[in-house]
Amino acid sequence: MDYIDPHIHMVSRVTDDYETLAKMGCRAVSEPAFWAGFDRGSVDGFRDYFRQLTEFEPKRAGWYGIQHYTWLCINAKEAENVSLSREVIAMIPEFLNNPGVLGIGEIGLNKNTRNESIVFLEHLDLAAKTNEQILIHTPHLEDKYPGTRMILDMLCDDRRLDRSRVLVDHVEEHTIRPVLEAGFWAGMTLYPVSKCTPQRAVDMVEMYGPERVLVNSAGDWGPSKPTAVPDFILAMRLRGHPESLIRQVVYENPLQFFGQSRGFRFTSPDAVTH
Amino acid sequence: MSASVAASEVLNREFLEIRARVLEVAAALDRIDRASGSVKTDQRCGRIDRALAALAQSGPGRAERVQMIFSLPYQEDWQSEFAIEQRR
Repeated sequence: MDYIDPHIHMVSRVTDDYETLAKMGCRAVSEPAFWAGFDRGSVDGFRDYFRQLTEFEPKRAGWYGIQHYTWLCINAKEAENVSLSREVIAMIPEFLNNPGVLGIGEIGLNKNTRNESIVFLEHLDLAAKTNEQILIHTPHLEDKYPGTRMILDMLCDDRRLDRSRVLVDHVEEHTIRPVLEAGFWAGMTLYPVSKCTPQRAVDMVEMYGPERVLVNSAGDWGPSKPTAVPDFILAMRLRGHPESLIRQVVYENPLQFFGQSRGFRFTSPDAVTH
Repeated sequence: MSASVAASEVLNREFLEIRARVLEVAAALDRIDRASGSVKTDQRCGRIDRALAALAQSGPGRAERVQMIFSLPYQEDWQSEFAIEQRR
């Protein structure tokens, strides 16, 4: 089945992973900017990273017929350095009109601190002023519930934001409801230990329906599985769900959400002629 | 969305998986008991105990309840505590 992985960090993966994804039916990926495993020391470090995301990764993905899209920000783990964060936020507009840039992300909270909140709000300001879509990281494990509620507070306070253009990612059983009820998109991340399994993601689709729901691998440099979305597809099939429902979640929903971004110029595989 | 599936069918599908996972939890707790020292006062053990008790409760929503047991609380007044201006 054709699918789109709406959240995967391909800079951390080898080229063979692109080939595997293509063989599994992946037609497009979207790659939010995130933490490299160490704190970068300067705005130029981020500028180089954004060049990698907007120039080289689309090329590498293209070798296997995969369309590559991206989101730009300084992530929550590095947001404790507020002065560097402000330099990066000021630099981001240099890249916003590059092909394949979908918006601001993945912004959010990590340990739910004051500095993270300040930098999150300044990213929201940038997104509102530049009319960009937003992709949001919610914290891990015990910090997820309070952090998600704090993020929703900040989002709902900002009346400039169109909630249908905001994706709140890494939802689990205790956070998906408030995200969907507030009118945002919800992303479920399939990780081997933390976050969500394919089976639990299917449970949540069964409980909350397929509207405004996305499923991703968030494959990165840590323990993660870039082919997790096909695992979800299989889990849906084994429960007897129709192909149309599965396709809605893994293909049509990403197209609908990303289609609201001016940087999303998707070529349907159906449109390719030989 | 899954209401048309019979509970017996779901049990047939899930029984061995549940059995295996319960055994994994039991074995992990045994491993802690066999180790030297005590972790009885570690708050994580209290959370594990409460999560296991939540599994034994009937009715839906177990996964959400277990998630909340392993979560820190949300403070509604966090913005004033952080001196962050609300933008309403």
